[in-house]
Amino acid sequence: MSLSLQDISLTVGGQHHLRDIALTLERGTVNVLLGPTRSGKTSLMRVMAGLDPTTTGRIIADGRDVTGQPVKKRSVAMVYQQFINYPALTVYENIASPLRVRGAPRAEIDRRVRAAAALLKLDNQLEKTPLKLSGGQQQRCAIARAVVRQADLVLLDEPLANLDYKLREELREELPRIFAETNAIFVYATTEPTEALMLGGNTACLAEGRLLQFGPAARVYRRPDSLEAAQTFSDPPMNIAEVTKRGRELVLPGGGAIAADGALAALGDGPYRLGVRAHHLELAPRPGSLRVPGTVDVTEITGSESYIHVHAGPLRWVALVAGVHELEPGSPIAVHVDPARLFVFDPEGRVVITPGSTAAHAPQRARG
Amino acid sequence: MSRRIIFYAYLVCLMLPLYWLINLSFKGNVEISTTMTLWPIEPTLRNYAIIFTSPEWFDGFLFSLSYVALNTIISISVALPAAYAFSRYCFLGDKHLFFWLLTNRMAPAAVFALPYFNLYSSIGLFDSVWAVALAHCIFNVPLAVWILEGFISGVPREIDETARIDGYSFPRFFVRIFMPLIANGIGVAAFFCFMFSWVELLLARTLTNSKAISSIMTRSVSASGIDWGLLAAAGVLTLIPGALVIWFVRNHIAKGFALGRV
Repeated sequence: MSLSLQDISLTVGGQHHLRDIALTLERGTVNVLLGPTRSGKTSLMRVMAGLDPTTTGRIIADGRDVTGQPVKKRSVAMVYQQFINYPALTVYENIASPLRVRGAPRAEIDRRVRAAAALLKLDNQLEKTPLKLSGGQQQRCAIARAVVRQADLVLLDEPLANLDYKLREELREELPRIFAETNAIFVYATTEPTEALMLGGNTACLAEGRLLQFGPAARVYRRPDSLEAAQTFSDPPMNIAEVTKRGRELVLPGGGAIAADGALAALGDGPYRLGVRAHHLELAPRPGSLRVPGTVDVTEITGSESYIHVHAGPLRWVALVAGVHELEPGSPIAVHVDPARLFVFDPEGRVVITPGSTAAHAPQRARG
Repeated sequence: MSRRIIFYAYLVCLMLPLYWLINLSFKGNVEISTTMTLWPIEPTLRNYAIIFTSPEWFDGFLFSLSYVALNTIISISVALPAAYAFSRYCFLGDKHLFFWLLTNRMAPAAVFALPYFNLYSSIGLFDSVWAVALAHCIFNVPLAVWILEGFISGVPREIDETARIDGYSFPRFFVRIFMPLIANGIGVAAFFCFMFSWVELLLARTLTNSKAISSIMTRSVSASGIDWGLLAAAGVLTLIPGALVIWFVRNHIAKGFALGRV
C-alpha cells in the first residue's frame, strides 16, 4: 500500500494547522515527521488516520480515495505520547481487543496476542491491568496493541517522549525491528533530530504546518533545502551569521571579516546567511579554518562533551566540543570552523551551498 | 488537651440531635411528654412494632424506596450520554446549555409543584411512583450531568480515539471500555440522586396521596395529639438507607463535590 497526501490543508478556527502538504509514503518504509511542538506533526497524523477531516486536499490509499472515510473502516494503528490503554481490561485483553472487535477465532487471537507480547517482552504481565505496570511497560502494551492489529498504517506520535532516557534508548532500538515484519507504512513523529537520524528511513521536516523537505534522513540532514529545514533538523540549533560577500571577503556583522575561500569564492557579492552546526565549531585552529573571535557566555558540561555559548558582536553561537572545558564566563575565546563545513543560504533562506557540494546548486522545493 | 476538648464538644453538638431522635424512638409518649430523661427509663419497642406491622407505614417506606430507585436509574441513564456529549463535543450553545441545566436547581421546588400537579392529574400519572420519580429528575438530571461531566473530562480523549481506531462501535466502547473508567463517578452521581430524592418532601407530598414516607410522617397526628415516639422511630428508619449508601461511596463523596475535578 502507498499512502498519498495531495495538497492537504487543515484550518481550525482560522488557524492554519496544516498547509498544502503533499507527501507520498510507501509500504515497508519508516517515515519520521520531524518538527518542533505545534509544527503540525500530530495534526498530520490525525489526518492520515482519518480522526480529523481535512479542510482541503485528498488522501489516496492504494489508488483509492479515502478522504473522509471514518477511521473505523481504515487499517490504522496509533500509539500516543501518553500511555493509552484500556485501564479496566488486563494487558492480555488490551492487546486482544482489536482482534476481538473483528471477531477473530479464539485460537488465533491467543496465538497473535502471545506473539505480540513476546515481541514486546510483556509475557509475564498479561494478567495484570495496565495501571499496575511501569511507564515503559504501559507503552509497550500500547505498542503491542498496534502490532497485533497488523494495520497498513502505523502511526506513532512521540511514543517515547514520556519515557525516561534508558527506556527510550531501548525501545527506540527495538521499534523498527518490531514493525519490520508487518510491512506497514510506519510513521513516527518526534521533536528530536537525533531520533530521526537514529531511526533512519525518510524524514519529513515540518514547521508551522508546512512540509519543508522530505527525503532519506541522512540526505535531508546533509543537504537541507532551506535554512528552516536545516534549523528543524539541528540540535542544538544551527548557528547563524548574517554576512555580506564583498570581493574575496565575507564581512561579519560585528565588523570583522573572514576570507572567502574554496566554494565560498564562487559566490556573487551580496548578503548571505551562514549556517554552522554546533559540533563543527572547534576550539583549536586547523590549517585553512576560519577564526571567529568572541567571548564566553556560559559553559554547559554534559559528561564528556561541553556546550560553549559564545557571543561575538551580535552573534550568539553554541559550540559543541568534545571533552570537559570549564571556561570562565566573560573570558575571550576564538572558535574555528572549516570553511568546507559551512552552509550558505541566501537572504530568503534558500540553500546556496551545503558542505561537500562544490558548486552552488539550485534549490528545489520538496515534492513527494 | 484543649484541642481534644474542642473536638469532643464538637462531636457532642454533632451527635446530640441524632442521639435524641434515637432516644425518643425507644420511649413511650407519656415519658416523652411528661419528663425529660437522658435515656429511656421504660424502654419500649412499641413504636417500631407499629411501623413494621402497620401496612400504611411499611408501604410508605416501600413506595419511597421505589420512586427513589427509579429516579436514580432514570437520572443516571439520561445524564450519562448528555455528560459525554458536553465533555467531548463542541456544539452551538454547548456552554450555555450546560449552565442552563444547573439553573434548574436554582428554582425552589414549590415553583414546579403546581405545574406538575396539574399535568400529572390530566394525564393520569398522579399518585404513582412515576409521578415522583420523573418530577425529581428536574433536580437530579442536571446534578448528575455536572458530576459525570467532570469525571468524563478526566478520561483522556485518546482512549475514545484508540477504541475507534481499534474498531469498536460506539455503544460497545461506551459500555465495555468507558463506563468502567468512570464507575466512581457513576457511583457518586447515583448517591447524590438518591439522597436528594430521598429527603425531598414537597413534590413527593404534592404529587401523591400522601403515600411517600416523608409525607406520612408529617401527618401522624391523631385525635390524642402527636405520636412523638412513632415519629421518632420512623425518623430513625429513614436515616438507615442514606447511611447505608454513604457507607458504600464514602471514599468518593469528596470527589463528587468537586464534580470530579480533583
